[in-house]
Amino acid sequence: MNEQRKRRLARNLIVIWTTCVIGFLYIPMVAVVLASFSKQRYFQFPIAAWTMRWYEKASTSLSVRDLLWTSLTVALLVTIFSVILAFFGALAFARYEWSGRKLYQRLVLLPIFFPQAVLGLALLLWFSSLGIIPSWQTAVFAHMVWIVPIVILIISIQVYSFDPALEEAAFDLGATRLQVLREITLPILSPGIVSGGLFAFLLSWGNFPLSMFTTGADQTVPEWLYAKMVSGYTPMVPTLGSLTMGSAAIMLLVGYFGWLAIRYKTAQIKVKSAD
Amino acid sequence: MATGNKSSIWRINPGRLAAIPASVFLLIGFAGPLAMVIGYSFMPAHTFSLLQVPSLENYVSVVADSYYISFFWSLFLASTAVVILFLVCYPMAYGMAKIFGPWANLVTALIILPLLISENIRLFGWVLILLKNGILDGSLKYLFDVSASGLLYTVPSIVLGLVYVYLPFMLFPLVSGISMVPESLKDAASDLGASRWEIFWEVELPLSMPGIMIGGILTFILSLGSLAEAKILGGQAVVMIADDIESAFTFAQNWPKGSVLSVMLIGLSGVVVFLLFRRIDLDQIIGRR
Repeated sequence: MNEQRKRRLARNLIVIWTTCVIGFLYIPMVAVVLASFSKQRYFQFPIAAWTMRWYEKASTSLSVRDLLWTSLTVALLVTIFSVILAFFGALAFARYEWSGRKLYQRLVLLPIFFPQAVLGLALLLWFSSLGIIPSWQTAVFAHMVWIVPIVILIISIQVYSFDPALEEAAFDLGATRLQVLREITLPILSPGIVSGGLFAFLLSWGNFPLSMFTTGADQTVPEWLYAKMVSGYTPMVPTLGSLTMGSAAIMLLVGYFGWLAIRYKTAQIKVKSAD
Repeated sequence: MATGNKSSIWRINPGRLAAIPASVFLLIGFAGPLAMVIGYSFMPAHTFSLLQVPSLENYVSVVADSYYISFFWSLFLASTAVVILFLVCYPMAYGMAKIFGPWANLVTALIILPLLISENIRLFGWVLILLKNGILDGSLKYLFDVSASGLLYTVPSIVLGLVYVYLPFMLFPLVSGISMVPESLKDAASDLGASRWEIFWEVELPLSMPGIMIGGILTFILSLGSLAEAKILGGQAVVMIADDIESAFTFAQNWPKGSVLSVMLIGLSGVVVFLLFRRIDLDQIIGRR
């Protein structure tokens, strides 16, 4: 009896602890949203007067529009290129047996473990010695160096649970390489591809250390936020911060429902192939 | 075969073929810049070309200068953060692996979501909380008439930032490590008369070691090379090594010196990662179903 009570107590403590930690993760974001509605130019708590003024200002500001546009373009291009590279990268990582695979697995993951600020500076050095002037295009390249390995990892997790017999069966039935890729491999791996793409987009959208050194004269949202934070408080910081959080949340919802739809579809394919 | 050559290339080695695009990209985007930084670290100070006579001058001057202070701070802050992270994450990871059941998915989602928001914004949230007249100080003053100013721009606030930002990178490896421990072994140990503490110490901890090592090393390396935490939450309290590297490259315009510091940081992290990867089978950890 005593033993069981102890176990229940431990269980409850772990649940409470987990709730606290999750709260700890979200508190700062709530703080940012709160601050964006504060009327005062300098943040003070408790908030004396509330306003939507900073949002109105942000919606009409041309520089905010430029920032969002740059961030969006970079993130979209990073997503497209990363997913294409990582799709094949993940097949090599997890699907096929080949002699250099163990070495490849280790080397391809190295950039994830690399300090991003140093990677950004190294890339800046690399671009300028090659005579390339840094701009948002070079930032796309820089983000990919860090994001492609992450997407490879995410898609690989899907590839591991993929049954190669399905591909072989299609070959035996006379399908060509391209047909197998399009009809079997891609649909079955699509949940991994979608979540990889979503991660690629959001990690690029929020990236600061790499953008800081590789965007040249262009500026992304996180860079602008950092510059303002260091040089002094302006209410536009929490406002733009809240806006980017809101758009990320919308992206995630859309991604989640897209993923549900795709899962439904692949479930149908699996049912068909089981017949 | 009707398709001749092309199909025989595909058939020979699809794995190697699939590895080509990502490998070539990382060769240009990662190995190239890395090699260049290493090259620059042997060039004379304040030069902007790789075509000089190589020397060890920079390494000597970095050791002689006071850079060991920022290395020390980075190592100290990173180690502190790793220890705290382990203590914070272990019970939670245990819950996710063994107790929560279907709820573990929700917890996972709730922890991944903040990762997708720029680190800067989340750290700025802490600034608003810890600031003088900020959320914490302001509430305490309002409710209890006690002041808690002076929390921001201190060493503990940097550790808070590191723990906050890198928590998921400790948690998820721990979860996968702990779930690799078979329940049957614990039952067996218990049947043979082991106490709860002995089971933890002799069975659970050693068997979940791969996860603990990955989590510890990942968070250690990330903290070691971190830049934003010390700048946003630390103010001028402490200079970390990534900060020194940045100023060497930018303000001081001394590429060789920045390169030496980078090489030393990379070397330190590289040795740690290499030791880790030698002992661990990635297929087993990532592909575990």
